[in-house]
Order: sequence, then structure tokens, then C-alpha cells
Amino acid sequence: MHLTNVEEKMLAGEEGYAVQKNMQILTALGDIFGADKMIPVSSVQVAGVSYYNLGDAGLEYLETLANKGAKVRVKTTLNPAGMDMENWRELGIDEEFARKQEQVIRAFVQMGITPSCTCTPYLVGNEPSRGDHIAWSESSAVTYANSVLGAMTNREGGPSALAAAITGLTPSYGMHIEANRKPQVHVKIDTRLAAVPDYGALGYAVGKKIGPKIPLFEGITHAQVEQLKSLCASIATYGGTALFHTQETYQEKEIPPETITITRADIEGALRALNDEAARVDFVALGCPHCTLDEIKTIADLLEGKKVTREFWICTARQTMKEAEEMGYAQRIRAAGAKFACDTCMAVAPLKGRFNVLATDSAKACYYGRGTNDFKTRIGSVEECVSAAVTGNWS
Amino acid sequence: MELVRGRKISGGTAEGLALVSHDPISFFGGVNPDSGVVTEKGHELEGTTVKDRVLIFPRGKGSTVGSYTLYRMKKNGVAPRAIINVECEPIVAVGAIISDIPALDRLEKNPLTIFQTGKKLKVDADRSLVEVSD
Repeated sequence: MHLTNVEEKMLAGEEGYAVQKNMQILTALGDIFGADKMIPVSSVQVAGVSYYNLGDAGLEYLETLANKGAKVRVKTTLNPAGMDMENWRELGIDEEFARKQEQVIRAFVQMGITPSCTCTPYLVGNEPSRGDHIAWSESSAVTYANSVLGAMTNREGGPSALAAAITGLTPSYGMHIEANRKPQVHVKIDTRLAAVPDYGALGYAVGKKIGPKIPLFEGITHAQVEQLKSLCASIATYGGTALFHTQETYQEKEIPPETITITRADIEGALRALNDEAARVDFVALGCPHCTLDEIKTIADLLEGKKVTREFWICTARQTMKEAEEMGYAQRIRAAGAKFACDTCMAVAPLKGRFNVLATDSAKACYYGRGTNDFKTRIGSVEECVSAAVTGNWS
Repeated sequence: MELVRGRKISGGTAEGLALVSHDPISFFGGVNPDSGVVTEKGHELEGTTVKDRVLIFPRGKGSTVGSYTLYRMKKNGVAPRAIINVECEPIVAVGAIISDIPALDRLEKNPLTIFQTGKKLKVDADRSLVEVSD
């Protein structure tokens, strides 16, 4: 890989230990993936924030970097933590976990990172523009950045994203190269997609059929942010792609010869696969990816005059929750007995053993509910989820 | 003495006894960071410690948090002395670099067949070489 004089000096340690270590990471990755050079990035999203996943190993590494003077050089935001950073007691997090999680966040803040603690950085001010080279981790946000915003990023891991933030650079390969972003499979959607779970089911069905290949969707028009973020989360989780095109965003004439068709039967099949047999639910969680203000308004309207009888989390960015307070939605939600889980979510909080059956509107949340926490899962519309939180029944 | 050439992933030199795994390794969730013992059910090395060995395996797998697990193992004194992969991927590459564990991949011969568990090896990652003692 060709390095500039400045980059060579960074690698030689002239800018200190933290820069040198992180340049070593990036040059090794560049060699592994056949990059010919480094390119500057304008934005970073760092995953690997929950102490539940990091453990003492990750915490120790982050503190070492922070203490050796590591500082980020570009706008850098954080993925969700393992708990609500202010309201963790009410969400049942134990004291020792809380203390460790606070240490993790302190190390990130010491490096100059904004503790946004959200998987939707694009909703809280880290919103790159079309053509921007960025280095994001968090697979749903990566797919959103590439597909909806038109920015360019590989699927970074936590450490490689952090390395990009500290050096301001990333090796040029994969999604940073225009020729690698062409659609590979033409996906015709032969059914009307209704609510958010349908988009999650679409991501599941397509992900299972084409894996990490890049789809060109025909039949997604005027999709809303909520639907798109659900599709991004699901297709990245179940297929592994970092990018999709829709006929609205795709400007080229070239259509890939490989074609598949998604019918109502595929969507229904995916929803069946994500639904376990369970008539009663004991945990309802919405906001995977984190809820938008509109979603919070819908939940507030549905909860009007009702009381929940099950643990009900609305996962969102703290900033979005504050906006919901200004609009009066948050107060109505709390009055019904539901809780905000800011800075965190049902996928990264330490929940194993606390609940048996999760109800959600997110296909991705089903994956982590089952895999990480051994929950049974029920997926349905926001109306069905709110109803389950009130009655405890899944109908 | 035999010399085998490879590609440097993480610099440094180390000497130790080979431990060969034909299964990929997930450090996060698959290896105990306090003991260095492989815990993944059904893994070829299940119950074996990787501590102080020249660990030879096809590639890493699993969560990127695995890079931090390697770092933790190094701090706990239970990390492998060196790593040789058939084809290194980002989790092991990053883990080896931040932990100062010498690592090589893409050897001129398949390391899973030319090295046997228990063989004494010297890894000189700075010169991209593995030295096999007689």
C-alpha cells in the first residue's frame, strides 16, 4: 500500500503511541483487503460500546488508548451502551455493571467522541452527504449511510472504526470504490409492503436468498425513514450486505441479469420464521433501530388512556427523547407506565434471564433476542406491540 | 532447520511450541480470556489452553469484540506467543496488533499441514519468516 510522507511518519510513531498503533491497524487491514492507499474520512460511528459485549478486555484497551492521549480527528459518534446512562436503576441494571459502563463512556469522551449512544447517528446530527467517505460500524447504520444517504463506508468493526477516528483515515477498498457498488441482483417486489414489520421481513427474505450481494429493489417507492431503517437493520443482519439500491436512487441504466421476485408468500414466510409459539409476552421493546420522533408520537397516541402491564421499553437516542418531552409525547408515554430506554436497546443491554418472550416490530431485534438473550420472539405492528404491553396477550 | 516465508500481519519475534487447530477460532465467546482455554463446544481445541503456544489456525471468526479478547489474554499472561493463520481476517489482525503478538499469514506452504502440534517454532514476523527447529 502506498503511504504519503505524513502517513509514514504517523506509522513510525512521530505522532505518539495511539496514532502509531491505530495506523498499524489500518495498514494491516489495507494489506489484507488489497487497498492501494489511505483516504481521509469525514465522519465515524464507533460500535463496541456496551460493557455487556466489551467486558474488561475492551474497557482496558479503551482506557489505555485514552490515557496515552488518543484524540479523534473527525466527527465521531457512539453506538448504544448497555444501559440508559441516567435512568439505569429503573431499567433494572445492577450497580457494578453501571460503574463499568460509565468507565467505558468516560474513556470515549476523553478521546473527544460525542457520547450519542445511538445506532441512528443520522437522526442526531451525524449525517454525511452523498459521496462522502466515512468509517462507520453498526451494520444497520452502515447500510443506511450507503443506501439512503449515498455516503461510502465499509462495514467496520469497533476497533477499526476507532482507528479511523484517531487517524482521520481509512484504507481505500470495498465500498469506497465506485466500481464495487454496482447492484448484483435485481429484486422485484411483487407485493405491497405495509407497516414496519413488512420491511423487516423483506430484509430477512432477501438476506436469506442473496446473502451479502448488493440488491437493486424494484417496488420500493416513497418509503419513510422508519421503514428504511428497519429494512437496513434486517438485511444487514440476515444477509450481510452493506448496500442496496432502489429504483428511486439508482441512476444508471445497467440492470443486473440475476433476478429474484419477492411475493406476499415470502413476506408471510419471513414473519412466520420470526414468530415463536407464545400466546403471552412479558417484555415489549420498540426502537431497533432507535425510534424516531414520529414513532414515539404514534406510541404515545396508542397508549392514550391505557396502562401497560408488561415491561415496555421505547429505545431511542437521548436527544430524540428530549424532543419527545418538548412535544409532550414522553410524558404521555410515562403516564401509561412505559419506559424510555435511552442510550441503549434490547439487543445490547444485559437482559438474559430477565424475560422469556419479547414482542417487537423489528426483525433485527428478533435475531438478538433469540441469539443473545434466549428469548422467544413475536413480531408485529406497533399497534399489536402496544396492545401486548397492555394485555400481556399476543393475538 | 527449515525456513518458511509468509506475510507480516503484526510485527515482533517469538518462540514456542506449535498448537494446530483446523477449526477457525472465535476469541469472543470461544476462548476464556482469564485462562486461555478454548471453550467453544465441539471445537477441535475445546479444553486446551493456547497460552504461550505458537497458535496455528485457518482464520478468526465471530464478533469484532474478539480483538479485545486477545488484548485481555495478553494482559492476563495467557495469550499465544505468536499466531499463524492460513488467511488472516480483521478480528485477529487487529487483536494481534493492539496486543503486540507477532502474526503471519499466507505462508508459502499450508501451515495446517506442514506444522504439527508440539513442534518448536520461531516466528520472526518482522522478517516474515517462520523457523522450524530440527
